[in-house]
Amino acid sequence: MLNKKISVLLCYVTLLSLPLAYAKTEDPLNVFACEPEWAALATQLGGERLAVYSATSAKQDPHHIQARPSLIAKARNADLLICTGAELEVGWLPILLRKAGNGKIMHGQPGHFSAAEHVQLLEQATRLDRSMGDVHAAGNPHFHLDPYRIRQIALSLSKTLRAIDPAYQTHYQHQLTLFIQRFDSSIAKWEALAKPLQGKKVVVHHDTWIYLEQWLKLNKVATLEAKSGIPPSSTHLSQVLGKVHATTADFIIHTDYQSDRAARWLSEKTNTPVISLSSSVANGEDIFQWFDRLINTLLETTP
Amino acid sequence: MVRYALFAAASVAFLLNTNPALASNDIKLLQQQIAAMKQDYEQRILALETGLIKAQQAAQSTTIITPLAKSNNPARRQNNFNPTISFVLDGRYTSLSNASDDYHLPGFALNDEAGLDQAGFSVGESELVISSNVDDRFYAEATLAFSGDEMSVEEVFFQTLNLADGLTLKAGRFFSDIGYLNAQHAHVWDFADAPLIYRGLFGNQLSNDGLQATYIVPSDIFFQLGLELANGDSFPAARNREGVGSWSAFINIGDDIGIEHSWQLGLNHWQAGHINQRSSEGLVDAYAFSGKSRINGIDWVYKWAPNGNPKNRHLKLQFEYFERQEKGQINLLTNTADFNGKQSGWYAQAVYKFLPAWRSALRFDSLDSDNDGSNLPLLADAGLLTYGHTPQRLSAMLEWIPSEFSRIRLQLNHDKSYNDTDNQLFLQYTFAIGSHTGHSY
Repeated sequence: MLNKKISVLLCYVTLLSLPLAYAKTEDPLNVFACEPEWAALATQLGGERLAVYSATSAKQDPHHIQARPSLIAKARNADLLICTGAELEVGWLPILLRKAGNGKIMHGQPGHFSAAEHVQLLEQATRLDRSMGDVHAAGNPHFHLDPYRIRQIALSLSKTLRAIDPAYQTHYQHQLTLFIQRFDSSIAKWEALAKPLQGKKVVVHHDTWIYLEQWLKLNKVATLEAKSGIPPSSTHLSQVLGKVHATTADFIIHTDYQSDRAARWLSEKTNTPVISLSSSVANGEDIFQWFDRLINTLLETTP
Repeated sequence: MVRYALFAAASVAFLLNTNPALASNDIKLLQQQIAAMKQDYEQRILALETGLIKAQQAAQSTTIITPLAKSNNPARRQNNFNPTISFVLDGRYTSLSNASDDYHLPGFALNDEAGLDQAGFSVGESELVISSNVDDRFYAEATLAFSGDEMSVEEVFFQTLNLADGLTLKAGRFFSDIGYLNAQHAHVWDFADAPLIYRGLFGNQLSNDGLQATYIVPSDIFFQLGLELANGDSFPAARNREGVGSWSAFINIGDDIGIEHSWQLGLNHWQAGHINQRSSEGLVDAYAFSGKSRINGIDWVYKWAPNGNPKNRHLKLQFEYFERQEKGQINLLTNTADFNGKQSGWYAQAVYKFLPAWRSALRFDSLDSDNDGSNLPLLADAGLLTYGHTPQRLSAMLEWIPSEFSRIRLQLNHDKSYNDTDNQLFLQYTFAIGSHTGHSY
C-alpha cells in the first residue's frame, strides 16, 4: 500500500519536474532579427535550438521603424542580434540598443551580427550628399535578394552561432550542411525557371531590387523614385512616362510595403502590368518558399 | 572532413589526458599542431567554397560583382572614429493677435523659458548634437542649443552600454524621462510649442544635472523602471545648496497589439524638498517661491499603422496628465505669504500622417489650479489666482515632410491661457543636416 503511494508520488514528482528539466536543458538561444529574411535564415541554420523573433515583417519598410516598447523588451532578452547593417536600420537600431541595455548584442560583441559586413555591396556611394536622396554610404542594403550573398552570409552566420553557443557546434554544422545542399540545388532550379525573364525590361519603385535584377538578368529601364527614399514627384513621373513610352517596359515592380500610387498611375498610362513583390519572407514562409514565390510571381505576370 | 579532423583532435586530446607521462611541452606542441591542422582544414574548406561560388558566378554572368570581399568603402573609412554629428536648424515666422509680453498662465509660476516667441521672423532653437560610443562600455552625447545669439548646454551626458542585463546608468545633464514628451528634443515634437502643462510645470522641459538609472525587467512586454537623482538647481526646483535636491521615478510599460497597434503607458513622480528662492515673473513684479514641491503624472501613447508600416500612413494618439502640490512661502518685493498650491493639467493630441510626405494634427490643452495662502492679494499680484479662469488652448497643425531630414510646418493656436484669447500662427522650418538622427517611440 505504502509502496504504491510512494510510487504514485514519485510519478507525480517526475511528471512535475519534467517541464522544469526540459526548460533547463533546452532553454533556447534567443535571436533578435531586424528583418524577416534573417529570421528565416537563422531558423534554417539553428532549427529548434533557436527562438527567433523578427522585429519587422515583409510588409514594413525596415528603414522606417521606431524603437517600439515591444522591440526594446525583445532586444533586452536576446542572445544574438542579426541585422542587415549598411545603415538600413540607422534610424532605430542604435536607439534600441542603447535603451535595451543588453551587453551581449552591442556593436562589436560576438552576439551582434551585421550581415553587410560579410558581403560586398553594390552601389557604394562615392559621394555622400543628401541631395541624392537617402544615400547609404556602405552600398545598397537590399542584398538579401541575391541568393549567392545569402549563401555567403549563411556560412558566416553559422560560424557566429557556433562561437556563441559552442555546446551545439555539431548541430549547427549539421544544419549548415543540410541548408547549403538544399539551397544550392534550389538556386540551380530557380535559375532554370527564371530563364524566360532574362533581358525583360522593368520599372521599379525604389532600388530595392538591384540584386535580384542582377541575379536574374533583368533590365531596369527606370525608377519611380527619382531619389532613393523620397516619394516620386510629378515632374519625375512624367519623365519616367516619357521613357517608358519610348523604350516600352515589360512590367513594373512594386515593393508591397511601398505606396503603389505611382506604380498604378504608370501602369494605367502605359498599359504595363504591375507586379507587387514581397521584398522579404512572409509570415509562416521559409526562405525557399519565398524565393519560389518571387520567381513564380514574376513568371506569371511576364507577357 | 572537419568532422574527421575534430574526431582525430578529440582522440588525441583524450590520449593526452590519460597519459600523464608526457611532458607539458610536448602537449603544447601537439595542441599547436592540432590547432594548425584545424585551421588548415578550415581554410581549405573556405577556399573550396569560395572557388565554388566563383565558378557558379562565372558560369552565370560576368556582370555580377563578386560578393566575396567584405565592404571596404573609402567613403566610410574616412570617418570611422569621428563622432556622429548632426545639426538641426529651426526657424519660424510667428503672428500673434496679443502682445507676447502680455502672456501669462494664471495659477502657474512661469520661468523665463516659458513665454511666447516674439512676433515676426526669428531663428528658434537650433541644436548641435554630437554623440559617439566612448569605448565598449560607455556612450556619450552632447547637445548644444543656439537660440538667437545665446548658446546653452541642453544635454551633456554619458551612459553605460553593457553594465548588466537591462540596467543602464546615465550621468551628466539630461532631459528627465518622466512623462512621454519631456525626454524628446523640441524639434521632434509634433507641435511648434510645448503643451501648456509642460510650460506651466517645467518651463517647457524638465532638465536634470545628476544621475539616472533605468532597468528593463526581463519579460515579454516592455517594463521599465527608472530613478533619477538631481542637484535641484533647475526649474521647478531652485538653488538647492548641496546633495540631492530633487528626485524622480518612473515606470513605463508597453507592447504591441497584433502587428498594427502599439502602446505605452507611463507613471511618474518628481519631488524637491528644499526649493530655495525659485523666481518667476508675476503680474506686478517678480516673486520667489521657497518650500517643497511634488508632481505626479501619467502618460499614454498609442500608435497605429497599416501593417505596422508607418512610412505611408500613421496615426498617433497621445495623452498626458500632471498634478502638482507645493507648500512653502512666496516672497514678492518685501512681502511674504504662506503658500499652498495645487495645480493640474492635461493635453490630448492626435497626429495623422495621411500621405508619405504629409501629416496633420490636433491638440487640446486644459489646466486647472487651486492655490491658497495667508495673503491672497499677494498671490493675486504674483498671478497665482485664476478668478475662475481655466486656461485652455486648441491647436491645429499641418506639415510637409519632403524627406526624413526636412519639415515645413504651419500651426494655428486658439489660445485661452489668460482672459484675452490670443490667436497665434506659426510657420516653422526644421532641417537636420549631418548624420541620420534616430526615431524613438
